[in-house]
Formats: sequence, structure tokens, C-alpha cells
Amino acid sequence: MKELVVISGKGGTGKTSLVGSFAALAGSAVLADCDVDASDLPIILDPQVRERSDFLQGHHARVSADTCVGCGVCQSVCRFDAIRGDGPANTFSKRTFRVDPLACEGCGACQQVCPRNAIALEPVLAGQWFISATRFGFMVHARLGPGGQNSGKLVSQVRRKAHDLARTQSAGFLLVDGSPGIGCPVIASVAGADLVLMVTEPTPSGAHDLQRVVALVRHFKVPAMVCVNRWDLNPAQAAHIEAIAFEAGIVAAGRVRVDDVFDRAQRQKLTVVEMASTDVGRDIRRVWINIRARLDGLAQEKPS
Amino acid sequence: MRIAVASGKGGAGKTTIATSLAVIAAERGLTTTFLDCDVEEPNGHLFLHPALCQKQVVNVPVPQLDEKTCRDHGVCGRCGQACHFSAIVCLGDVVVVNPDLCHGCGACILACPANALKEVPHRTGVVESGQAGALRFAQGLLDVGQAMASPVIRRVKEWGAQEVPAGLTIVDAPPGTACPTVEAVRGSDFVLLVVEATPFGLHDAALAADTLEALGVRAAAVLNRVDRFVEAGRGITEFGGAILRGTMPVLARIPADRQVAEAYARGQMPIGVVPRFRQAMERLLTRLLEVARREAA
Ligand code: SF4
Ligand code: SF4
Ligand code: SF4
Ligand code: SF4
Repeated sequence: MKELVVISGKGGTGKTSLVGSFAALAGSAVLADCDVDASDLPIILDPQVRERSDFLQGHHARVSADTCVGCGVCQSVCRFDAIRGDGPANTFSKRTFRVDPLACEGCGACQQVCPRNAIALEPVLAGQWFISATRFGFMVHARLGPGGQNSGKLVSQVRRKAHDLARTQSAGFLLVDGSPGIGCPVIASVAGADLVLMVTEPTPSGAHDLQRVVALVRHFKVPAMVCVNRWDLNPAQAAHIEAIAFEAGIVAAGRVRVDDVFDRAQRQKLTVVEMASTDVGRDIRRVWINIRARLDGLAQEKPS
Repeated sequence: MRIAVASGKGGAGKTTIATSLAVIAAERGLTTTFLDCDVEEPNGHLFLHPALCQKQVVNVPVPQLDEKTCRDHGVCGRCGQACHFSAIVCLGDVVVVNPDLCHGCGACILACPANALKEVPHRTGVVESGQAGALRFAQGLLDVGQAMASPVIRRVKEWGAQEVPAGLTIVDAPPGTACPTVEAVRGSDFVLLVVEATPFGLHDAALAADTLEALGVRAAAVLNRVDRFVEAGRGITEFGGAILRGTMPVLARIPADRQVAEAYARGQMPIGVVPRFRQAMERLLTRLLEVARREAA
């Protein structure tokens, strides 16, 4: 089983549409949607959920309004500005203290110092993750609740489950729709992959993001390729991006042109390559062939 | 007045719209500040070309162990029990700190009975600030390999809050619904949600709308890259439930426009080269300020 993680600096570069298309082309794949903030792969793959699990992550502090004496010590140690002095009154105090769950990081400092033991740390339902059947194989995906913390952990969870499934299914490929950005979720989706594909656009932000992603991939020593999507918006910039990538040892996997078939496919809940024969479909097939060749090459290099 | 510009997913046009609104507001004589809080991928500078004259390193206070004092206390292990993020771990008689995981919460310091831990700064990123024409400008940059965006975002907001209390502040928030988005939006008077009018875009915007609702901030949407399909009213109902539930007014519908995409790809601000886009942004700013002022009052 070979694991390909598809990432982009910023989102909206067509990453998910490409992953969907690769799934259609791969023949035997397990999919992992690690873009847990904006999980879009399910929109085009019409998953039938087989298994559903809660994702508990971290804690939120809660003040018991009956016990709090309003001393404010908790507030003085909280470094995340999560404690307010506007809770309801009780027999000890005209005002009690209260935790803002969306600001609380669940560190427990307040609980340590509360002289009345009025603070409890409660586990947080941060999201859910699912194992589903799709027309191209199994998919592991997730949904992070509003303001969910530590989506990196959820990403790791999704990826781990997908690994297990790919192994038990003897799938040829594990295709991961990675998280955007360079922070904790993308770190969790990239580390240890066989190959990373960066999908970018021929814009100044595309070039800029690419440099940051290059640094990330280097940091984790993962082999990588780059694909410029919508390259014909600015051919010179596309070439420039490929040149930056090449210097960093990142080979071009091919280019994909601008076409509203991306949007039309989304609306019909299909992947781009399932649409009637298009130039874009051919672009994507070429990219996939190059990726597969690179994965085969890497497998041979690797001492087994 | 602080207005955050947010989006459910990247690539919705958030930066284009945020920078356009800021520039137009400054042209109208408003004291305007642009804060790029999209610290993983700050892109505003590519279009605003600020002169960045100040640089502030953002540090998280991370515990450092005085091994001798700790051993004298028999390596009691309380710091490890106190840490909810596995950033300080006690195993037998060793204590190991992993600064990359540390949130800088100070819980371990409070827990240590021996004063064996003291806090030292650990760099997570940098805030750069200066002036972009008439705009006050600041951006945060998270260091590569660092996981914690929130401290950097907090510092950008702090920079924005100093000196000029009056006027308009535009915050370019990270896309999505997770903690960095929440941190960037927190404390704003109003949020403009940029919605890409595609099935993916509408779906993600619906999730972002839920997050904003949970945060209790007032928000309005702008539909971007509207094509004939969306104009006909289809798509929104199917993919963008929250927006149509009526909880969020739609301030403008910006048509899909290849000239705008090409200007952006060249690194130009579309308001400078596509007159119809400038008009749309002029109208959007007027409506946005109207609605935001009304909601804030
Ligand atoms: S420390 Fe405890 S008693 Fe004091 S204000 Fe906080 S919750 Fe209330
Ligand atoms: S758990 Fe930590 S972040 Fe949450 S309220 Fe208590 S001190 Fe603040
Ligand atoms: S400061 Fe907080 S997160 Fe960092 S090691 Fe101490 S307890 Fe853990
Ligand atoms: S709490 Fe203090 S004394 Fe105890 S193990 Fe940690 S550093 Fe050492």
C-alpha cells in the first residue's frame, strides 16, 4: 500500500477535486479526508456511513455556580482570558466566575488554584469521525465541531484508521486529502507519508504558500511533487512555481487547466474524471500517471 | 469598529475582498488598520505591499527544568500530571519538556512544589508591522513546524488595538472553523463571511456560519464567484443551509469574473484594474459599515 497525501498551502486550489479524481483512477484505494475543518470529499463521493465514533479531545473547565465564592484567583492564573466575572450570584457572592468554553484551552491551571474546588474539567466532544463506503472504496472522514481544538489529533486519528483499513483491505493506495495551512493539522497529515503532492495555483499567494509548504515538507523529509492547477491563468507564474519547486527537489507532476467542469462536477456530485471526456480530465489522468510512476520509483529505492 | 473577514474554506476570495475593503475605506478617509491573522498563509502583503518596519518575535513561555532542584524533591511527577498537553512528561526519574507541544499555560509551574521550573521564551512566530499607503498594517507569521497559531494571532490583534482606538480595523481571519479562526474572530464587532458560491464553498460556509453563531458574533455573508447556476437560486438551498435559514443576511453577490482571477494571479489588486469589481466593493463596504454599525449599536 502506498500513501499519497495531497496538500495545498491555502485551500481552494482544487485539491479535493483532484483527490476525488485520483480515487476514481486508482482502482483500489482507501480514502482519508484529513481536511477536517472543511470536509468536502464526502460531497462528491456520496459516502454510506458504516461506523461512527465520537471524538473526545481535551477538556473545558466549568465553574460550579453554587460553590464559587467569587475570589477571582482562577481568573488571575488563566492565560487564555477564558474566565469572566459575570456568573450568577449565590449565597457566598454577588457574582461568581464563569468559563468561556470557546476560549478555554482546558489547561487545568484554574482548577489547581481554586480554593473551593469549584472547578471541574470536563471532556469535550470535539467532533465525530466516520468510516464509510463509497463507489471507489472505503473512506475515513470526520467532522470537527465549532471552534474545535487540536484538530491535529483528529487528523492523526483519521489517518491511523485509514491505514488500518487500507491494510486489511489490501488496497493499492491510500489517498489522503490533507489539511490546508502549515499548522498542526497539516503536520499530522504529512508526517511519514510515501509521497506528498502539493496542489497550487499560479498566483503570488500560490508561489508564496508553496515556499512555506516546501519548508514543511523538508522539515519532515517527505518526497514531494507539485501540480499547478489553473495554470493558464498565468503561465509565467506557473513556470516560476515549478522552477522554485524543482530547485527544492520537488518534481512537477503536471499541470491542470482552468475549466468550469470542476464546479459542474461538484454539482453533479461526481469527480472531474467521471464527467464526459474533457481536456481537464486528460490533464488529471496525466498527473495521476506521473504520481504512480514516482511512487513505484520510490518503492524500488526504499530498502525493504 | 473591528470587522473580521472570514471564510469556510481557503480560496473563497477572502483576502481579495478584505484587502479591497481596507483600501477603499482608507481612501474614504477612515483611519484603517489591516490585520492579517491568517498566520499560516498570510497573503495580504502580496497585494498591499506594506513597508514593514517593525518586527516582534512571538514567544510562548515554556518551562525549563532545573534538574538538581527537581531531583532534590525526588522528581515528584506533579508537573507531568498537571500538563494536559503532554508537553512535560515525567518517566521514572526523568522529566522531559517538549516545547513544540507546550501551550504556555503555566499549569506545571503552579504544580511544582519545588520551584524547579522556570519559564523561558520559545519562539513560535513573528508579528511584522508597518504602513501600506494610508493603511496601518500588521501580519503574523507562524514559524514552520510550529503547531500553535493562537499566540501569534493574539499578538497581531494586540498590535492592532494599540494607539488608534477609533477608525476601522479589518481582520483577515484564517479560513475554517477550528481554534485559529475562533481566535482571530473573537472580539470583533462584526464578521463578514466570504462564501464561494460552489457546492464545496457553500458547504464549508455553512459550517463556518455555525461556528460564528456559537461564538455569538453578528455576521453577514457575501457570495463570491456567483455564476448563472447560483443566480438561479439552485445550489444554495442544497449546500448552504445555514445561510438560507435566514440567520445571516447576504450583503452582496459578486459575479464570477475571469478578469478578477487573472488580476489576482498577476499580483494586482482587482479593484485597481477591473472597474466593475471596484464598484461592487465600494457598494459592499457601504452596506457592510451600515449593517455593522446598526448591529453594534
Ligand atoms: S477560584 Fe474558585 S472560588 Fe475563586 S472565583 Fe474561581 S471558581 Fe470561584
Ligand atoms: S482550564 Fe486553563 S484555559 Fe480553561 S479556564 Fe482554566 S485556566 Fe483558563
Ligand atoms: S506550560 Fe502548560 S502546556 Fe507547557 S508544559 Fe507546562 S503545563 Fe504543559
Ligand atoms: S513538579 Fe517540580 S519537582 Fe516535581 S517532577 Fe516536576 S519539576 Fe520536578
